[in-house]
Amino acid sequence: MTGTNIPASRLRAENLTLCYDQRTVATGLGVDIPDRSFTVIVGPNACGKSTLLKAMARMLRPKAGQVHLDGAAIASYRTREVARRLGLLPQTSTAPGGITVGDLVARGRYPHQRLLRQWSAEDETAVVRAMRRTGVLELADRPVDDLSGGQRQRVWLAMVLAQQTPILLLDEPTTFLDIAHQVEVLDLCADLHAREGHSVVAVLHDLNQACRYATHLVVMRAGGVVAAEGDPATVMTADLVEDVFGLPCRIIDDPETGTPLMVPAAPRRGSDDPDDQPPTTVMADSQGRR
Amino acid sequence: MSPVRKAAPAEPDSPPAAAAPPRVVSGMVVRTKSLSLRVPGRSVAVSLALLTVLVTVMGVSLTTGDFELSVKEVLQALTGTGSPGADFIVNTLRMPRLVTAVCVGAALAVSGAILQSLTGNSLGSPDVIGFTNGSAVGALIVIIVLHGSMTQIALGALIGGLATAATVSLLVLGRGLQGFRLVVIGIGVSALLLAVNSYLITRATFQEALEAQAWLLGSLNNRGWPQASAIGLAVAVLLPLALVLARRLAMVEMGDLTATALGVDVSRTRTTLLVVSVALAAVATAVAGPIWFVALAAPQVARRLTRSSDPALVPTALMGAVLLTASDLAVQRLFAPTLLPVGAATGTVGGLYLIWLLVTESRKSRA
Repeated sequence: MTGTNIPASRLRAENLTLCYDQRTVATGLGVDIPDRSFTVIVGPNACGKSTLLKAMARMLRPKAGQVHLDGAAIASYRTREVARRLGLLPQTSTAPGGITVGDLVARGRYPHQRLLRQWSAEDETAVVRAMRRTGVLELADRPVDDLSGGQRQRVWLAMVLAQQTPILLLDEPTTFLDIAHQVEVLDLCADLHAREGHSVVAVLHDLNQACRYATHLVVMRAGGVVAAEGDPATVMTADLVEDVFGLPCRIIDDPETGTPLMVPAAPRRGSDDPDDQPPTTVMADSQGRR
Repeated sequence: MSPVRKAAPAEPDSPPAAAAPPRVVSGMVVRTKSLSLRVPGRSVAVSLALLTVLVTVMGVSLTTGDFELSVKEVLQALTGTGSPGADFIVNTLRMPRLVTAVCVGAALAVSGAILQSLTGNSLGSPDVIGFTNGSAVGALIVIIVLHGSMTQIALGALIGGLATAATVSLLVLGRGLQGFRLVVIGIGVSALLLAVNSYLITRATFQEALEAQAWLLGSLNNRGWPQASAIGLAVAVLLPLALVLARRLAMVEMGDLTATALGVDVSRTRTTLLVVSVALAAVATAVAGPIWFVALAAPQVARRLTRSSDPALVPTALMGAVLLTASDLAVQRLFAPTLLPVGAATGTVGGLYLIWLLVTESRKSRA
C-alpha cells in the first residue's frame, strides 16, 4: 500500500473548482483516494482541506470538475445511496437535547432504514459493534449532554461507524481531544483500515501523527493545491514543510515506528525575524498580520 | 473514562453477537420478519393519557352548557337516533365547534413543532414570526376594504398567511435557512404587519372596526361544519405527511452536514416541512382567527412530558387539541353567559408560559 497511482480508486476528485459564495477556495484540485488506504490530508489553516472533504462527500457542489464514487459522478447518486457508501464525520454536529448515547449512535443506521423497518437485527448488531469498537457501549443509556468532550467525539465516531460504509471521511477527528484520546481515535482508524478494509480519509493538523498513521499522505498548500502526495516516508521532507508551512525544520526517524518525525527548528538566538518563531506563532501571525 | 488505547486491542470479531446483544436504544422494539418498529414507551403513555383527557373534555363540552344532556342522549344524537332537540344541539351547535377546536389545536401545535425544530429555536412558532399577523392583514383587508363574507375573510386570511410565510422565507433563504435568522426576521416582519393592521383599523368605520376586532381575538363561536370540514381536511392531508417526514426532521436537527452525511436530502426536507407547517398554521388561522401560544407552548410541553429526543408529533398534536378544547370549554362555561373568545384564554395562559420560558431559558444560559 505504498503506490501513489492505484488505478481503481473508488473515490476520486477530478479537477475541482471549489467556492464558498464568491470566494474561490481551490481550482484544478485533483485527488485519488487509494482503496483501502488510510489517507491523511494535511496543510496550513484555510488551505481548503475541509472543503475538499466536503466536496468529496457531496456536501459542497463543485463549481467545476467532478467527484467520482465507484465509477460514477457522485452527483448522480441519491443522497441515501451516497450515505450507504461513504460516511462523514463533520467538525461539529449538534446532539438533539436529551438524547441518549445509544439513540444517537442508532441514528447512524438511518440510510439503511425504512419507515416500517426502523430497527432490524442488523441495525442492532451494527450499532452494538460500533459502540464496542469506540468503547462507548457502557454509556448507552447516558444522555449525550452529560459526556466529556472526548467521550462525545467517540460517540459521534460510533455513529459514523454504525453507518457501515466502506469509505470513511473524518474532518479533524482529534480536535478537542487530549493526547491519549487522540492516539486512541487514530489507533481505531488505523485498525479500521488495516483489519476491516475500510478506506479512511482524515484531515489532521499534527504532521507527526499524519506520518505515523497514513499509508497515503496528501499535503496541501494555501490556495487548494496539492503540494505532494504519496507514501509519507518519501513525501515528508524538510524542504516541503518549509515550502508549505513556512516552517524550518528537521525530519528524523520516529524512534517508535521509523516513520518521518518533523522537529521544528529552534529559533536562532537573537533573531527577531517572525518567520523563525515556533509553528503556532507563525500561523497566528500570518493570519493576524494587517 | 475507559482505559486509554482500549479501542485498538479490542477484538472486532471474536464476540460478534455473544448471547443477546445488550440493549442500546430507548423504547420497545417490535420486530417481525420484514418489519421492525421502535415504540417509544413514554411517548405512547403520554399520548394515551392526553387522549383520555381529550375525550373527557369533549364529553364535558358535549353534555354541559345551556342545555344539559346525558351521555346517552349525546351518543344517540351522534348515531342519528336521538331526539330532534338533542340532535340540533349536538350535531349543529356543539360538534362542529368541537371538531374545529380539536383540529385547529392539533394543526397549530404540529405547525409550531415543525418550525421550532427547523429553526432550532423555541421561539420559532408561526404566531411569533409573523405568519399569524400576515393572516390578520389578509382578513382585515377583506373585512374593511372589500366587505367580504365569512368565507371570503377566511380566504383572505389564508392568502395573507401564505404570502407572509413566502416573504419571510425568501428574505431568509438567500443565506440558507438558518434558524436564528428566520426568527429574527420573522419577528421584524410581524411588527411591521401589526402596524399595517392598526392602520387598517384606523381607516375603518365603527362597525367594521368591531368586526375586525372580533376576528383579531380568535374565536370558535359560531363555527359550523364548513369551518370544521375545511380544517379537518387540512389536518387529514397534512398531518400524515408531517408524521412521515418526522424521522427526517429529527435528523435535520443534528445539523446540515450530519443529516446529509446520513442520507437526508436536507434542503428538500426543509422546504417540504416548511410548506406543511405554514399551510397548517394558515388554514387554522383562517378558520378560527389568530389563536396565540398554542403553537408555541404545545410542542414544548409535549416534548417535556415525553422527554423525547426527536419531535414527538403525535403527543404534540394531542397536546394542542387538549389545550384548545379545554380553553374553549373554560371560556364557554366559566364566563357564561358572556361570549368570551378562546383567543383571550390561550393568550392569558400562553403569556404566563412565555414568561416562565424566558425566565428559565435566561437562567439556563447564565448557569
